[in-house]
Amino acid sequence: MIEIIQTGPFNTVQDLGRPGFRNIGVTASGAMDPLALKIGNSLLGNETGAAVLEIQTYPFKLRFSKATAFVVTGADCGASIDGRTVQPWCALSVGGGQVLELGQPRVATRAYICFAGGIDVASVMGSRSTSLRGAFGGNEGRFLITGDVLQLGEVSAPLNLPATGLAVVDPTYALSDVYPAHEDGALVVRAIPAGEHSLFGEDAERFWSQTWKISTQSDRTGYRLMGEPIKPTTPVEMRSHGVVSGVVQVPPSGEPIIQMADANTAGGYPKIAGVIEADLWRLGQARIGSRLRFVRVTHAQAAEVERAVVGFIDDVGKTSRMVCGALQAMK
Amino acid sequence: MSASAAKIIQPVEALALDRNGARVSPIGSRAFLLEATGEFDLAAQRRIWALSRAVELWSETLEIVPGMTNLLVVLTVTPEDPEALALRLLEAWEQAESIDLAGRTIEIAVTYGGEHATDLAALCDRSGLSDHEVVRIHYEGTYRVFALGSAPGFGYLHGLDPRIYMPRKTVPSLNMARGCVTIGGMQTGVAVLTGPNGWNSIGFAELQMFDPMSATPAVMAPGDTVRFVPASIEL
Repeated sequence: MIEIIQTGPFNTVQDLGRPGFRNIGVTASGAMDPLALKIGNSLLGNETGAAVLEIQTYPFKLRFSKATAFVVTGADCGASIDGRTVQPWCALSVGGGQVLELGQPRVATRAYICFAGGIDVASVMGSRSTSLRGAFGGNEGRFLITGDVLQLGEVSAPLNLPATGLAVVDPTYALSDVYPAHEDGALVVRAIPAGEHSLFGEDAERFWSQTWKISTQSDRTGYRLMGEPIKPTTPVEMRSHGVVSGVVQVPPSGEPIIQMADANTAGGYPKIAGVIEADLWRLGQARIGSRLRFVRVTHAQAAEVERAVVGFIDDVGKTSRMVCGALQAMK
Repeated sequence: MSASAAKIIQPVEALALDRNGARVSPIGSRAFLLEATGEFDLAAQRRIWALSRAVELWSETLEIVPGMTNLLVVLTVTPEDPEALALRLLEAWEQAESIDLAGRTIEIAVTYGGEHATDLAALCDRSGLSDHEVVRIHYEGTYRVFALGSAPGFGYLHGLDPRIYMPRKTVPSLNMARGCVTIGGMQTGVAVLTGPNGWNSIGFAELQMFDPMSATPAVMAPGDTVRFVPASIEL
């Protein structure tokens, strides 16, 4: 059991979301940085999609009611246990009564607190994710407030973690050969041209060549970008169609919107591109006010990145089991 | 710069295949949209329903999202050869024979006019009809649920009388109540969430359209027939 001692708004219980219900208008939800969630759960020996806390406003503080294991992944927010610094991406054992505190991160934006056994809230439509818009799922369909108490799932075979913890290299470095570095301070986001790309004529090139700034009107639903507007050569009237997160739509203002984890399930604005799925976690960690640039890729290139990421997550799970198993054997 | 980064700066042609009244384009790496390019009518939608049934059975299909004369297919993994996938979708479209979904008939009791009918006056101005006529035309119609989307359980209803078509508002209402009976262009529907809404409200219905704890969370399903029954008319 954990108790929330201090929290800002918009911190929620998330897992990998509830895909499969867009056909009845239900957004997928799920972690904005699914990679951080999967790595955290793999380190702890959980199912990769176990429910975690997604923290996006700080400071945040919780108390463990009994001994368990946890890891903070995603943004480095100078976490501490009872005032002692703990490393990000490092799974640790913790005792009952200890207090975990997270501060404002200097880079990136969302931290994930993962627990052995996962957070045990009721599964609604196949997922424990909070749907803020629909007001269901997660913890009573709302964001966390001070005083909330959450149950943790049963752990059948507790991990025998080393006393100093078990860490994994931040994927930003570990996967640097498949993720391009920032260019002139702008995040490089890979995307595939979408259905209305050609309707933008010469403006389509300006979509790819300029850097866009993430506006303050950005949240889990979507990011509004600021830059030199791009417009279709002739106005288009679209019939409503299904969309997925990562779609880059261009409303009449000419400034694109990227739909994120709580994406609307249907849309009618012309879409110029779609961010590849393997790059969505990087967007999920991009800060308001930061800049990004889109780079065109093919499906084959997207699939290559996907394979590298899946391989990395598998390695984390295997290594964790091996290390903890070896420690158990030495006892 | 690494080898993989060098590769990605090569320009890539946009994939958008247009053939025999349908068009396929990608949304990101794992989703593909097939749009029927012909008339916006029940005949096209019936073929979309048939296509949905066929594509749902593909082993690589994770999720299908039927829209208004279109179908979004989300795959389990990113395909190496997107063009082959697009061609397969187009072939499935060509083979899709019209089916009719045997839906339920749903009657929705509506309070026409009153405090929630914020756009009824504007609709009268635009159509040149009286408020009584607008309301009568609306409740005398028989509607089909073409697709669900946008918000949990929201059904896009087809079958609105062209005399009461009303374009979506350019400036949405900021806080329209759940239950408002609305008109958006040539479509009508019942708002399922309280919030910003660009459709035009002419009445109010109490019916709860969505329950996440139910085995069938959405009240409406594609193919259902919807009739609006005037519970009261406050003009």
